[in-house]
Amino acid sequence: MDVRRVESISAQLEEASSTGDTVEDEMEMATVRHRPEALELLEAQSKFTKKELQILYRGFKNECPSGVVNEETFKEIYSQFFPQGDSTTYAHFLFNAFDTDHNGSVSFEDFVMGLSILLRGTVQEKLNWAFNLYDINKDGYITKEEMLDIMKAIYDMMGKCTYPVLKEDAPRQHVETFFQKMDKNKDGVVTIDEFIESCQKDENIMRSMQLFENVI
Amino acid sequence: MAAGVAAWLPFARAAAIGWMPVANCPMPLAPTEKNKRQDELIILNVSGRRFQTWRTTLERYPDTLLGSTEKEFFFNEDTKEYFFDRDPEVFRCILNFYRTGKLHYPRYECISAYDEELAFYGILPEIIGDCCYEEYKDRKRENAERLMDDNDSENNQEGSMPSLSFRQTMWRAFENPHTSTLALVFYYVTGFFIAVSVITNVVETVPCGTVPGNKELPCGERYAVAFFCLDTACVMIFTVEYLLRLFAAPSRYRFIRSVMSIIDVVAIMPYYIGLVMTNNEDVSGAFVTLRVFRVFRIFKFSRHSQGLRILGYTLKSCASELGFLLFSLTMAIIIFATVMFYAEKGSSASKFTSIPASFWYTIVTMTTLGYGDMVPKTIAGKIFGSICSLSGVLVIALPVPVIVSNFSRIYHQNQRADKRRAQKKARLARIRVAKTGSSNAYLHSKRNGLLNEALELTGSTEEEQHMTKGTSLIESQHHHLLHCLEKTTVSTNTIPPPRPGLCAWHGLPMDKVPTECSEVALGQAHPVPGVCQRGWF
Repeated sequence: MDVRRVESISAQLEEASSTGDTVEDEMEMATVRHRPEALELLEAQSKFTKKELQILYRGFKNECPSGVVNEETFKEIYSQFFPQGDSTTYAHFLFNAFDTDHNGSVSFEDFVMGLSILLRGTVQEKLNWAFNLYDINKDGYITKEEMLDIMKAIYDMMGKCTYPVLKEDAPRQHVETFFQKMDKNKDGVVTIDEFIESCQKDENIMRSMQLFENVI
Repeated sequence: MAAGVAAWLPFARAAAIGWMPVANCPMPLAPTEKNKRQDELIILNVSGRRFQTWRTTLERYPDTLLGSTEKEFFFNEDTKEYFFDRDPEVFRCILNFYRTGKLHYPRYECISAYDEELAFYGILPEIIGDCCYEEYKDRKRENAERLMDDNDSENNQEGSMPSLSFRQTMWRAFENPHTSTLALVFYYVTGFFIAVSVITNVVETVPCGTVPGNKELPCGERYAVAFFCLDTACVMIFTVEYLLRLFAAPSRYRFIRSVMSIIDVVAIMPYYIGLVMTNNEDVSGAFVTLRVFRVFRIFKFSRHSQGLRILGYTLKSCASELGFLLFSLTMAIIIFATVMFYAEKGSSASKFTSIPASFWYTIVTMTTLGYGDMVPKTIAGKIFGSICSLSGVLVIALPVPVIVSNFSRIYHQNQRADKRRAQKKARLARIRVAKTGSSNAYLHSKRNGLLNEALELTGSTEEEQHMTKGTSLIESQHHHLLHCLEKTTVSTNTIPPPRPGLCAWHGLPMDKVPTECSEVALGQAHPVPGVCQRGWF
């Protein structure tokens, strides 16, 4: 997917600023304008209709007038939905999952592709996406440490005011349960096939995958 | 949750899939969207200017007029749009609030008009964004102060005079000389005597003429008796004034502690002390010093001059700036005096004998006075001397604009208060004229109304048109209402004064009285011209 940069200044700045000068960085952020691909192209690539894409883009552009979301903005937006806890860590993982080309910013195309998989994709695709989210270093294996990080991030989002009060090692216990369920060959890591297979066997997970079908 | 972020809720819900494989228990059911309709554009016609927005944008704030079903009351079936007969300029800000979630206050807008619009659309002013909140609060406070001022002065004017005691009237006369002519006379008399007293103090010391022996004599000793009489007269007046004020003050203790009363006391004390001590030669030195305090009489002018009061108030409010000025000056003086002393130590016959002696040089140089009685002779001294004078300009110039701007602000505020008070009188007069005008109009139309009824009964259209030319429909309905009120309260026995040529009961010209009137039916003419005797009502 090629990205059209409208302002040539930003391109020059990119080449020039290898020193990491903060002022220039700010300027770059300010002058970056990103125009997404044409509506028809996006419609063909994703599984949304034109109207849905219009609604999505309006909401997207409202919060991010420059056309791209950087991690700070992403965290800010996501934390507004979870005021009681600290959702920055989980938002960080989400950001990495959406930012498929790992360029530090989520453009509208990335956004739409991600949503297309999550809302209109097959169960296989959704599970694939979830695996991608859990696999923090994208090496194809979920280790216990990675899972623990994810679990802690999810528990952080809940905040301190839960009833009953969550114990300190609740994440760890949760990870143990998860690994017992998922890790078939008990080698301490979960591969993508183990993951998909275990999930497909679990009725609860299958049912909950359909939960967010009609979000748009 | 901000309104704009609501658009990202679908994304947040989609991302929740990340929790699903981890969850231990089944998820709750998702809420179904009842009557999910496609988002539509709605047209808001505000006094002719058409605004369009999505329905969901307005529904972000369901507790306002536009976000709830209340707007259906304004729906115009013919044009399929919502019509509001309000200000389109302010509506722009209000619609932007729905769009961006931030309410802004435009600076050019009148504060009360803006408040009214907000109240109409059901928006609380507290949600005004931080960028505009300061401005809004300032303007609101000014407006409230103005209203309070108006109310206060209204109350003062309408305050019943007889209820004030003699003591209170006197105090009011002292505080505000414009309340009565006597107060004004008193005001000018005291002012005159203050001026006389100050001038005599000054002229006393002028040398006027010589005495045999070629000795210059100040006027005070030459015309000692005359000056003494003048002084006595002034002090008499001041004492009487002070005692009267003391008597009239509502709180004597507070009055004694106030600045003006202290000035009064200090102004007249030297005279009395002088009276007591005239014969004692030893303390005449102290007596002379006491005479210096007579100059404080000039401060009594501050009761007469508002500018002087404002200056005093400014200095009081700029205490911190003045303190800073003083502190920085002191620091600089000490530094430079020390430097100059050690620089000039080497030179012979130097005037810089000690550091305190150098203080004088530093002060004179820093304030750019440069008397020249002390000048550095060594090169080092000259260098440091020039640095001293340059820095003096800076240090003094810095806090001064702050004090000046404070003075200007307070002065203008006072000007505005005075202008408001002056305009208030004119405004009240106008309101009174309008009120009497409308009641006159009512009386005028009442008589016309009687004629109208007569004409309607007779069905004479040309005269009817002639009569209704002057009054609009609303006016005539209003007058009819007032007329009904009158009729309710008026006793049924009294007969309204008849117009010549009209029957008092029916209000009709004599020849058109209806035939139901029994007198006419009986063939009898009206016994009393102008009054039908029929008892029926």
